[in-house]
Amino acid sequence: MKSKLPAVPYLLWMGVFTIVPFLLVIFFAFTDSSGRFTLDNLSGITSYIPVFGRSLWLALVATVICLVLAYPFAYIISRIPSHRQSIFYMLAILPMWMNYLLRTYAWMTILENNGLLNRFLGLFGIGPLSLINTQGAVVLGMVYDFIPFMILPLYSTMVKIDNSVVEAAQDLGASTWSVLTRVILPLSVPGITTGITMVFVPSVSTFIISRMLGGGSWLMIGDLIEMQFLGNAYNPNLGSAISLVLMVIVLIIMSITNLFDDEEVGEMIK
Amino acid sequence: MRFRDGAPYDHYKRVPVGADGNASALKNLLRVVVSKGALWYGRSEKAWAVTKPQRGVVPVDNAVIVSLQNIVVDFDGERVLKGIHLDIHDKEFVTLLGPSGCGKTTTLRIIGGFVSPTQGDVYFSGKRINDLPAHKRQVNTIFQRYALFPHLNVYENIAFGLKLKKMSDKSIKATVQEMMRLVNLKGFERRNVTSLSGGQQQRVAIARALANHPKVLLLDEPLGALDLKLRKEMQRELKAIQQEMDITFLYVTHDQEEALSMSDTVVVMNNGEIQQIGTPQDIYNEPGNAFIADFIGESNIIDGFMHKDFLVEFFDKRFTCVDKGFALMERVDVVIRPEDIKIVPAIQGQWTGVVETVTFKGVHYESIVESHGYKWMIHSTGYAEPGMIIGMQVLPDDIHIMKKMEESA
Repeated sequence: MKSKLPAVPYLLWMGVFTIVPFLLVIFFAFTDSSGRFTLDNLSGITSYIPVFGRSLWLALVATVICLVLAYPFAYIISRIPSHRQSIFYMLAILPMWMNYLLRTYAWMTILENNGLLNRFLGLFGIGPLSLINTQGAVVLGMVYDFIPFMILPLYSTMVKIDNSVVEAAQDLGASTWSVLTRVILPLSVPGITTGITMVFVPSVSTFIISRMLGGGSWLMIGDLIEMQFLGNAYNPNLGSAISLVLMVIVLIIMSITNLFDDEEVGEMIK
Repeated sequence: MRFRDGAPYDHYKRVPVGADGNASALKNLLRVVVSKGALWYGRSEKAWAVTKPQRGVVPVDNAVIVSLQNIVVDFDGERVLKGIHLDIHDKEFVTLLGPSGCGKTTTLRIIGGFVSPTQGDVYFSGKRINDLPAHKRQVNTIFQRYALFPHLNVYENIAFGLKLKKMSDKSIKATVQEMMRLVNLKGFERRNVTSLSGGQQQRVAIARALANHPKVLLLDEPLGALDLKLRKEMQRELKAIQQEMDITFLYVTHDQEEALSMSDTVVVMNNGEIQQIGTPQDIYNEPGNAFIADFIGESNIIDGFMHKDFLVEFFDKRFTCVDKGFALMERVDVVIRPEDIKIVPAIQGQWTGVVETVTFKGVHYESIVESHGYKWMIHSTGYAEPGMIIGMQVLPDDIHIMKKMEESA
C-alpha cells in the first residue's frame, strides 16, 4: 500500500483553513452577538428572499449565455488541426491572465453614461443609453469574467472525442446536426456539467461585479454578505447565516446537475 | 506460366468458365457452387478451397459500381495520390495492398467521402459523387480503430444508422437482430461497447456498417489490431459475410497473405500509384515489377540482361526463360521465388553456391546460399548442411523477367 504521508501537509491545511472556518460559519449562523444559540439569523433571511432570487436568476442567465457562446466555440476549436487549436485556446484563456478587478473596471469605462460605448453611439446620434447600473451590465460582467471557465472544461472534453467517431456517424448517415445532437452532445455532458458548476458558483456569489456594474442598486447575495461584515449593517451572525443558506442552495443545484451527469454516464455503462 | 496451386484449383477450373453456350445457366450453376462453398466455408478448415471457385465467377462482367478516374490528392503540398484509375465491379472483393504511406487508405477515404480529391472524378453507379457528402453516400466504412460510439450500447451502436433513416422500431429491431446473428454477437445487446474485447468490438463495427445495407463496404485495415489467430478467424468470417450479403467489399491492408487469401482482385499500390491490378494468382505468379515481386511473398531479385528473346544472362550464365519483347542486351530485373529453386548435387546444378545458414520453418527449410556475392534465399523440403557446396536449378517458367524500375537504377 502506498504511503499516505505526502497527503499530510494538505490534510493539515484543509483542517485549518477549510473545516475550522466552516464550523465557525455554522457556529456564527446559529448564535447571536453574545454567543447564545438562536434561529433568528436564519429566520431573518426571509426578508432577503428577493436578493436570493435575483442572484440565482442573474447567475442562471449568465451561465446559460456562457454555455451558448462557449459550446460552439469549444467544438470548433476541438476539431481544427491541433497546432492551430493552441492559438485559440490561448486566446480563450488570455483574459484570465489579467486581473479580474481591472477587467471589471474596464467595463465600467466602456459602459458609463459618458463612457466609450455611449460616445461612440453618440457619433451616430444615438443615446446616451443607460448601460451601466443595470442587471444587463451585471450579467455582461459575469459572462465576460467567467466564460473561460466554461470554455476550458468543454474544450478538454470535446478534444478527447476521437475524430473517427465523428466520421463513423457521418458514414452511417448523420448530417452535421445529427452528429452534434447524437454524438458530440452526449459525449460532452461531463464538460457541460463542470462548466456550469464553474460559472454558476462564482456568479451567484459575486459582489464586485454587481457593485461596480450594477451600481449597488441591484443587490446580490455577495453584496449582502459583504455588508454584514464590512458595511454599516455590521452583523457577522446574519452574514454567516446567509453564507450557510447560499452554500446549501449551491449544494442542491450541484447535486441536481451531477445527477444529470451520472444518468448520462449510467447510460454509457448500462 | 504455370499455376502454383494443385488439385483444388484444377478441379474448379474444369467448370467451363467463359465457355460458349448458355451463359446465364452457367452463372446460376456457379452461384450455387459459390453459395454452397460459402456455407461450407465457415466450418471447414480448408477455407482456401472455397475462394478458388470464385475465380472467374466473380463478376468481371458485373457492372462497375465504383470508378476512380485520374484521382490526384495533395496533402500540405505533398502529392499522396498520383493519378489513380480504378474500376470496382459489383459484388467484387477488392483489396488495396501496399506498404504504409502508399495511399491505400486515402483512396478508401475518397470513396467514403472523407477526403476530396485535388483532381479527378469519383463515380458511384455511374454518377459523379465528388461533391456528395459522406452521410449521403451508399457506402459504409469499418474504421481501423472501430470508432464505436462509447455512449451507446451494442444494440444502439448497430441501430444508429437505422434510427437516422427513421425506420420503425420494429424493423430496426429486426435488422439489428439479423446483424447480430450475422456477426455472432447474440445476447450482447445491452453490453457497453467499451467492455468488449477487440474482436467483439470489431464484430459490432461490422454489424453497424452492414445494418445500413450498403452497396459497398469499405474496410480500413480492420484486423490490424487483432492477434494472429483471431485475424485468421475474422478473415474467414469476413469472406463468408461478403458472400452471404452478396455486396462489394473494398479492403485495405498491408498484409499480403491476407490480400491473397481473401480477394477476387488485388490492387497493389506504392508511392501513391497503382502498381498492378489482378487476381491473387496473377499478382503472385506474374508480378509486374520487382517492387511487387518483393512485396508479395519472398523473392530473389538479381540484375540481368536479355541476350535475345527467351534468353537471359545473370552472374555470367545464360538461362532459357519464357519472356520476350525486350531490347537487345536490355538490363532487366530477374525475379526467382525461393520455392522455385531446386537444391541438387553441385555437379547437376545450373549454378553453384555455398550454404551459409539453414532455418527450419515448419513446412520447409529456408536456406541462404552464397553465390557470386549474392545471397540466394531458397525454400526447400530437402536439407543441405551449412558449408556444403550445392547446385541450384530453376525451370525456365520460374524465371520472371521484369523491366528495370526507375528507382532501382
